[in-house]
Amino acid sequence: MNENTKNTIDEEIKKNDVCLFMKGTPDAPQCGFSMAVSNMLKILDVKFKGVNVLENQELREGIKTFSEWPTIPQLYLKGEFIGGCDIIKEMFESKELHKILKDKSIEYKEKN
Amino acid sequence: MAMDLKEIEKHIKDALPDAEIEIQDLAGDGNHYSAKIISSAFKGKSKIEQHKIVYSSLKGKMGNELHALAITTTEK
Repeated sequence: MNENTKNTIDEEIKKNDVCLFMKGTPDAPQCGFSMAVSNMLKILDVKFKGVNVLENQELREGIKTFSEWPTIPQLYLKGEFIGGCDIIKEMFESKELHKILKDKSIEYKEKN
Repeated sequence: MAMDLKEIEKHIKDALPDAEIEIQDLAGDGNHYSAKIISSAFKGKSKIEQHKIVYSSLKGKMGNELHALAITTTEK
């Protein structure tokens, strides 16, 4: 991973409390797993930045090295790597995700 | 690129000998799998660490030969 890519990632996760590295955009996800995580954040009404790794090959590979995680999507909350699709889905269902959002003072709404 | 179900199971088994593994080929295309893994190696570890153990057992194949593997880990 080159220095530029590392700085880009650092900046994104610093700038955005909720940052999702994904394939495609929140409005037009290009992969089912990215769509799933994006949808969960939408359900919780969380304001998030979707970073489309398909627009940048360096970033697509770099984020895997950065997080030591081989797949995309990847969710960061206040600079902390939380997990990929499987983990977020589990945490969403167990409401552990809600708890982390609360603990990190990130605004969300629970719709019934 | 595709990967055989048995091959995935063998890689995980090599790294986690006590593991109970249940793998499904979700789309029947040798590319989209789900794996349920129960092992004592997960004890006291965070979900991220547990999944990393599984990924590392696949020796860099995840994200390359293996496009999609949904993972559920449980402590034994």
